[in-house]
Amino acid sequence: MIRARIKKRLHGAQGEFVLDVSLEVGEGEFVALFGPSGVGKTTLLRCLAGLDLPEQGSLVVNGETWLDTAARINLAPQQRRVGYVFQDYALFPNMTVRGNLEFALRKGADKKRVDALLDLMELGELQHRKPDALSGGQKQRVALARALASEPRLLLLDEPLSALDHEIRQRLQDEILRLQRHFGLTTLLVSHDVSEVYKLSRRVVVIENGRTVREGEPATVFGSSQSSGKFHFAGEVLAIEPADVVFAVSVLVGNQIVRIIATADEAAKLRVGSRVMLLSKAFNPMLQVVE
Amino acid sequence: MTLDWQPLLITFKLASVTTAILFCIGVPFAWWLAHTRTRFKPVVEALVSMPLVLPPSVLGFYLLLAFSPEHWFGQWLDRVAGLRLAFSFEGLVVASVIFSFPFLVHPVQSGFQNLPSSLAEAAHVLGKSKLETFLRVLLPNIKPALLSGTVLAFAHTVGEFGVVLMIGGNLPDQTRVASIAIYDEVEALNYAAANFYAGVLFCLSFLILLVVYVFNRKAPI
Repeated sequence: MIRARIKKRLHGAQGEFVLDVSLEVGEGEFVALFGPSGVGKTTLLRCLAGLDLPEQGSLVVNGETWLDTAARINLAPQQRRVGYVFQDYALFPNMTVRGNLEFALRKGADKKRVDALLDLMELGELQHRKPDALSGGQKQRVALARALASEPRLLLLDEPLSALDHEIRQRLQDEILRLQRHFGLTTLLVSHDVSEVYKLSRRVVVIENGRTVREGEPATVFGSSQSSGKFHFAGEVLAIEPADVVFAVSVLVGNQIVRIIATADEAAKLRVGSRVMLLSKAFNPMLQVVE
Repeated sequence: MTLDWQPLLITFKLASVTTAILFCIGVPFAWWLAHTRTRFKPVVEALVSMPLVLPPSVLGFYLLLAFSPEHWFGQWLDRVAGLRLAFSFEGLVVASVIFSFPFLVHPVQSGFQNLPSSLAEAAHVLGKSKLETFLRVLLPNIKPALLSGTVLAFAHTVGEFGVVLMIGGNLPDQTRVASIAIYDEVEALNYAAANFYAGVLFCLSFLILLVVYVFNRKAPI
C-alpha cells in the first residue's frame, strides 16, 4: 500500500506550474500515469524514488514513511528500495549484462538471483555483452531485469518503451505484464501511449498541468463503455485542410493516417496536434483475418 | 662526452610525483566542479584556468615571493612543516601541481559532465553509496578523459620551463630539469648535450601522445 502526496513547483513549456498530485496504490497494483509530456509525470516518479525533493509532500510505503516534508523526513534513494527503469535505461556501459545485474544485488543477496533473472528474461546468451552491443529492446530487458535484481518494494517505469518500435513494444508489454504478476510488484508506469496504458494497467491516473484530472479503469477514463459497441481509436490531428464547405482532417491512428470530414464548427475546435478520439456508431465494423 | 642523466631523471621524477598528486586532488575536484551549483563556480573555474593564460614567470614570481622565508606564508610553512619550498624539489612539485591543474581538471570535468546523470541516479536507486557510485560507475566510464587528463598533466610538467626556472633556479641534481638543462647547455655552446636532452624529450613526448590517441581511438570502456 502506497500513499503519496507530492507538491512541487515546476517550469514547463508554458511557464511555471505546480505539480500537486495525491496517489493511492494498493499492494501489487499496476497503475499508469498518463498525460502529455511536460506535465510532471516523470517528476512525480522521481519524487517517489527520492531523486527529486518536492516542496511539500509525504510518501508512505507499506507503513514506512519515506518522505514527510512537515516532519523533515526524506529517505535517500539508497534507503528506499525502489526499482527504477529510466527512459534511457541508464545501463552501466563499463559492465556486462551480468555485471549490471550483479551490481544491483543487495548486500548478502544470493547470486543465483542473477541467474534466475537472466533465465526469466531470456538474457542468458547476452550475459557477457556490454550494453553498447545490445539492441534497444535488449537494453530495455536488461534495465528491467536490473531493477528487479535489487528486490524492490516498488517498481517505477518511466516511459520504458517509448524508444522502441511497434513490434518490440508489443512483446515487451507482454513481458512487463508477466513479470509484474510473477513478482506481484506494486508498479507505476509513466506513459503517453493509450494502447500501452490499456494493455498494462488496471487503473490510470490522467495528469494534466500538474493535476489529476481523471482517474479510474482505462476503459472508463478513455471515454468508452465496453458494452456500447462503439468503435473508438485514439489519434492525433496532423492537418486540417478546407475542402469546399467542409474540412478534411488528417488523423494519425497508430501508424495509419485517416482522413475524416469535419464541419466548420467541428474543425474550429481542432488544432494540429490535438488528441482526438475516433468514434463510429452507425456502421457495423467488419473483421478480416490478416494472418 | 659524459652524459649527465640527472636532469632527465629529475624531470620524470617531478612529472610523476606531480601527476600522482594532481590525480588525487584533481579528479575529485573535477567531479565537484562538474556538479556544483554554487554561485561562485565561474570564479573557481577562472582561477583553475589561470595557468593557461598567465605567463609562467608571473606565477613563478608570486610563488617565489610566497615561498621565501621573508614572507609570512614561507615562515609559516617553515615553522609548521619545516618546509623551505624556494629553490627546492618540493617547491617545484607544489608549483607544478598548481601550474598543471587545468590540464588535468578540464578533460576530467567534461568527462563527468558528458555522462548522463541517470547513471549515478540508477546506482543510487540500486542502493549504492556516493563513493561506491563514484568508484565503480563514474570513474570507469570516463577512462578516456582520465587518460587524457593524466597524460596532458604529465606532459605539461615535463615541458615546463618558466615556473621551474623562477622557483627552482638551476641547481644541479636538485632542481635542474631537462628543459632548463637544454637552455643551460645552449648558453654554454654545448650543442651536443642540448641535442641529447632535446631529442629524448621530443621522442618521449611523441610516444606519450601516440599512446593516448591509439588508446582513445579504441576507447575500451
